This record gives sequence, structure tokens and C-alpha cells, in this order.
Amino acid sequence: MNFALTEQQRMIQQAARDFAQKELAPHAARWDRDEEFPAAAVKKLGELGFLGMNVPETYGGAGFDMVSYVLAMEEISAACASTGVIMSVNNSLVCWPLETYGTEAQKQRFLVPLARGELLGAYCLSEPNAGTDAANQQTTARRDGDHWVLNGMKNFITNGAHADVLIVFAQTDPALKHKGIFAFIVETRSEGFAVISKEKKLGIRASDTAQLAFDGVRVPADQQLGADGAGFRVAMSTLDGGRIGIASQALGIAKAALEAAVAYAKTREQFGQPIAKFQAIQWKIANMATRYEASRLLTLRAAALKDQGEPYGEQAAMAKLFASEAASYIAEEAVQIFGGNGYSKEFPVERHFRDARITSIYEGTSEAQRMVIAGHRLR
Amino acid sequence: MDFTFSEQQTMFRDMVRDFAAREIAPIAAQMDREADMPETLVQKLREGGFFGLTFPEDLGGLGVDTTTYGLVVEELSAASAGVAVMICVHNSVGSYPIAMFGSDELKARVLPRMAAGDIAAFCVSEAGAGSDAAALTTAAARDGDRYLLTGSKMWVTNGSRARYYVVLARTPGSVGHDSVHAFLVERDAPGLSVAKKEDKMGLRCSDTCVIELDAVPVPAANLLGREGDGFKVAMKALDGGRIGIAFQALGIGRACLEASVRYAGQRIAFGEKLWHIPTVRDKFADMAARLHAARLTALHAAWLKDQGRPHTKEAAMAKLLATEAAGHVADEAIQIHGGFGYTKDYDVERYYRDVRVTRIYEGTSEIQRLVIARSVIKELG
Repeated sequence: MNFALTEQQRMIQQAARDFAQKELAPHAARWDRDEEFPAAAVKKLGELGFLGMNVPETYGGAGFDMVSYVLAMEEISAACASTGVIMSVNNSLVCWPLETYGTEAQKQRFLVPLARGELLGAYCLSEPNAGTDAANQQTTARRDGDHWVLNGMKNFITNGAHADVLIVFAQTDPALKHKGIFAFIVETRSEGFAVISKEKKLGIRASDTAQLAFDGVRVPADQQLGADGAGFRVAMSTLDGGRIGIASQALGIAKAALEAAVAYAKTREQFGQPIAKFQAIQWKIANMATRYEASRLLTLRAAALKDQGEPYGEQAAMAKLFASEAASYIAEEAVQIFGGNGYSKEFPVERHFRDARITSIYEGTSEAQRMVIAGHRLR
Repeated sequence: MDFTFSEQQTMFRDMVRDFAAREIAPIAAQMDREADMPETLVQKLREGGFFGLTFPEDLGGLGVDTTTYGLVVEELSAASAGVAVMICVHNSVGSYPIAMFGSDELKARVLPRMAAGDIAAFCVSEAGAGSDAAALTTAAARDGDRYLLTGSKMWVTNGSRARYYVVLARTPGSVGHDSVHAFLVERDAPGLSVAKKEDKMGLRCSDTCVIELDAVPVPAANLLGREGDGFKVAMKALDGGRIGIAFQALGIGRACLEASVRYAGQRIAFGEKLWHIPTVRDKFADMAARLHAARLTALHAAWLKDQGRPHTKEAAMAKLLATEAAGHVADEAIQIHGGFGYTKDYDVERYYRDVRVTRIYEGTSEIQRLVIARSVIKELG
């Protein structure tokens, strides 16, 4: 066992922390309030190589390992969880499947600019009637000569309103059920594509979550991603890695809430002493810190398995389940430690509390993670 | 033991449920979004007698018992927790100190106006005095037959709408409980100003303000109880207040459960309604059981109060259990709604934000535990 970070991992962590504190933290509350997409910060993230962290340098990426990605995601999300999910989606849900399933031509054309941050990506699986039951795809793909024609609706699409490139899943033959699902690379400049609406959300308000319409969108056949009927497998394997990203986002929120709570407890005085002197507060801090550390170990373990080329789906699901629920718990306790101040938008824990809540919903609810974990253990 | 509601209790509950469905629920999301409550609604609440709920009939109130009051708060809260807290604060901590500790002259002058809808507020917390209410620093300097109040009060619900404020302040330079006094201060007293309205996570249609007091003259006749009774006044008021907050939380919790069951009856996943998915059913069971247990505790505390029996411990238990149960239920409601629950298109998003404060104000959960533990040790130790 070696729990030490490498020199390079530490450097990446530090670079992410510096960037997050300088470019994100001062603006996060305003972006949240105004639901403002942090476009300039996202551009800078791309310049740092953080939008294609795990993509090999030959394809425009930074060529870092997954552990480094977790460390960077944590720092970015601690300052601004919205920026965290923008980054996670581009890395895990767009670059990864392109690198893994894409043809050389697809990689040159799409992966390179996405990894460099010149283009932004989104992942289109969820539909109004296909959430946890993702196999229930209603979006259709019909072959027409050397094109596919896509029709349907996708919702809860992170980066949906700002993306240039989409990974879209669609059903080619409902009789085949999930085996009829194909994956496609779709450009948002395509005719028939439209952003229908943006969600008004509880949290991660600086990240846009859009409903997208595909009305006869023609996609060249060479933009099919992966084999015929492999769409569902592409979707699910992509989410395995995505879950490490969301677990890392949850870690970041938890870290920010925990640090804020510790700092507040040491300075806030009640009953003649800092509230940190009270056992009730100490117990909270102890529980928060323990769940944070356990989340971190689970997440890093999943990342390390991926780096070693070992199966990591179950570990990623565990990391996401545990880290997301821990983040909500930690943010909730942070609000409680802050008391009335925690309910006010003048202190960041109010935002952490709202932001944390999504992490046990998207990229597979806690219930879906349990299905995955139980599926592995009962196989 | 009799677990049935009286005819009057049922009647009030049904009337308020209709009123809330008609007048409040349709605008609740809008009030939250705009962080405001239309004066027309406040006026309808006045006409409906909501500001006189707990006031005696001979003073123009409805004179309802605490159980009825709880049921009313629960119904209001199921529609809008922000409206409910305005009514709660007015009927409990804002007015109870006058009813309990005010002089006859003060009661005769003020309570009928409050019952008619001149809104009351309660000013205890300060920047440095939250759970530790005795740490308050607002000064009350004696000046002939009046006091001059100077300081800054935080988290004042109804802060900008109120006509009357119960204010806790201490003899300048003193420390501890014994030199804290309670006063009734009127809105138009010179030197009183609403400094700021808080921008909050939830309860956004309820105005939570900072109240500044700059040598505000208060007649000695507005002293509640005697000098040094301030802390006792506050604690007594909070005993009753906590029962109200328990019912406020229960109202939000019920709304969450109802919304979740409704949603799950329409949402199809894996070929069937969510109603038929075991993990969703388990959630419903736990949500319903926790709310029910908390509700019985709250009804018991209300009953004790109406019997004139001690209820400090039971009120604290009711607030602790109800607010934590409702927090759990709101969390599960979002989970059942999935991504939709995270959006403002569904009411559960608002419930989740609204319910969070119930574990904080009128005594945090940690303070309720202190109160309960103190009682338990006294009884059994």
C-alpha cells in the first residue's frame, strides 16, 4: 500500500488549488445568484489542460492519470461546484468515450479540440421518461443513406446550452430494447437541433442544465460512436468513469463545507467560549471529517484501479454513493454549525448545501449506485 | 386517552386547508421567487382572523387552543412555510410575552390591535448572541420614567412588516441573565429602523431583518414583567413558539410526502409506476412513520400546554423530532423526484430549502437536546 501522492500529482493538485482560489472562489457566489455560466474561467481551465486531463498528449490532452483528475476536480469543486461539473462532463462523459470508442478520424476531428478546451462537450442520455431507467430511450435514430436521422428530446443535459459537441444516445429499433441503442457524435450547429429550455435549479446554478430537442437532425454515418447496438454499453461504461468525477465533485463540496465549519467553530463564540470547545460541535466535526476522509479514500481507490487498468465500476459506484451522501451530510452539518448564518447567502455553506444535493441524483442516483454495487456482489 | 380531534379543531383545520389551497398555494412559488408576500394576502389573513388565533375572544381574537393552533399552522405551512412562520411568530413569541407579562393597561391597549392584524415580532438574537441568548449586548439605559434602547437585533422574523417588537435588552455594562429585561417597542418609536432584509436559502417570502435601535425611548410601562425578567419572558415564549415551529415543520413534511406520492403515481420507470418499486415504497413507509411519530409528540406538547401543565421538555422534543423528521422527508422527496426534484418546476425544491431553517431558529436542535437532557436529568437523576 502506498498512500503518498507522486510529485506530479501534488503539483497538479496545487495548480488546481491556486487556479480555484484565484479564478473561481471570488466569483462563485455571484455566478450562483445570477445563474451565470463561468465562460472565461472554463476557457482558462482548458488552457491549463483541465478539460482533457486524462486524454493522451497526442490527442491534445494533458496525459495525467485519474488520481490527478480526482485531486484537481476536488479543488475546482471546492471553490465552485458548478465549474466542477462542467469540467467533469467534458473529461469523463465526452473525452473518455471518444478516446475509448472513437475512430482515429473521430479523435482527430472531435477529441483533440475537446481535450484542448477549444470545444465544449455534453452527454445526452437522460430523457423526460428515461432517468434511472436509462434503457428506456425514446429518442430515435433512423438510417437514411449515409446519414442517421435523430428525433427526440433529451433533458437535464449539463453544458447543454453551451456545448459544441454532443454524445447522443438513441434507439434504432425498440424491439431490440437496450441492444438497439446506438451512440452518436452530434454537432450542436446541426440543423434541427435546439435548446428548448434551461432548468432553474436548487444548486449548481452556474452550470447550465438544458432540455434539448432533436428534430430530424442528420448525423453523418461516420459520426456513429462505437459498434452497432453498443450504445448502451458505451453509455454505462462512460458513467463508470463519470461517477469518479462526481464523487470528486462531492469531495470538493464536502472539503469546502468542512473547512468553513472548522474555521467558523474556532472563531464563533457562544456561552463565553468558541463553539469548537463544545462537545456537540466537536462530535459533528469528527463525524464530518471521518466521512470526508472515507469518501476520499474510496474515490482515490476507484481512480487508482482505473489507472492500473483494473475493473473499477463497482468501486466507482461505491465512491459516488458514499461521497455524494457524505457531501450532503457534511454540508448539512456545516449549515447547522453556522446556525442562522448558515441559512443566509452571506456565507458560502448555504451554497454548498444546495450544491451538494445534486451529487446523489445525477450520473446515477444513490439508488442506481446501489443497483450497480449489488449487481456486482450478487453476480 | 382520546386521539380524536374536537369538532371545532376539525372545523378550523378544514377551513384553513381550503383557505390555503385557494389563497396561498397558487402563489407560493411566486412569493418564494420574488422573496416577497403581497399585502393583499396579508390583508386576507387579517380578515380570516389568523393574527388573532391565540388571542382571547374578548380582545378580538379567536381564542383557539394550542392543538387547533398547531393544526392551523400545519395547514398554512403545507402551502407556504413563509406565511406560516409569519403567523407563528405573531401568535407566539411576538405576542405571548405581552399576554403573559404585560401590564393590564398594556394588554388592553395592544393585544386587540395585534389580534386585528398589527403584526408582532420578537427580537432576541444578535450577531454575537444566537443559541447563547444571554450573551446579548443591546443596552437598556434607565432615563427617568423611560428606558433608552441601543443595539442591533438579528434574525427578526416579520422585521419589516411588524408594528410591535418584543425586545430583550440589558442594563448597560451588566452580564448574565439577571439584568436582562423585556420590552414592548413600537414601530414608530424614534431611533428604531429596519437596517437590512436577509437574503436567505428558504422562507424567502418571510421577511427576516436586522433591527437597529439607536437610543429608542421606551416608556417604563412597556416593561414586560419586572426588571430582570427578560430571560424568563423569552424562555416561556419560546416554549410555546417551539410547538408552533414543530407544526410548521410537520406541514412542510406532509406537503413533501403528498407531492412524492402523487409524483410516484405518475412517474413510470422500468415499465411501472414508482409506486410499485420496493425502494420507493420503503421511503414512503419511513417518511410517513417519522412524520406520524413527530406529529403525535407535537400534539401531546400542545395538549399539555392547554392543560396548563409543564411542557418545556415536550415542546423541545416536538420541535427536535418534527424538524428532523421533516428534514429527512424533504430530502427523500427530492430523491424520489430525481432530477426533477432539483428544479424549481417542482414544489419539493422549495420545501427542501424552507424546511432547513426549522432545525435552526427558535432554538437549534442542539439547544433542544440541551433542554431535553436537562429535564431528563432533573426527573431521573
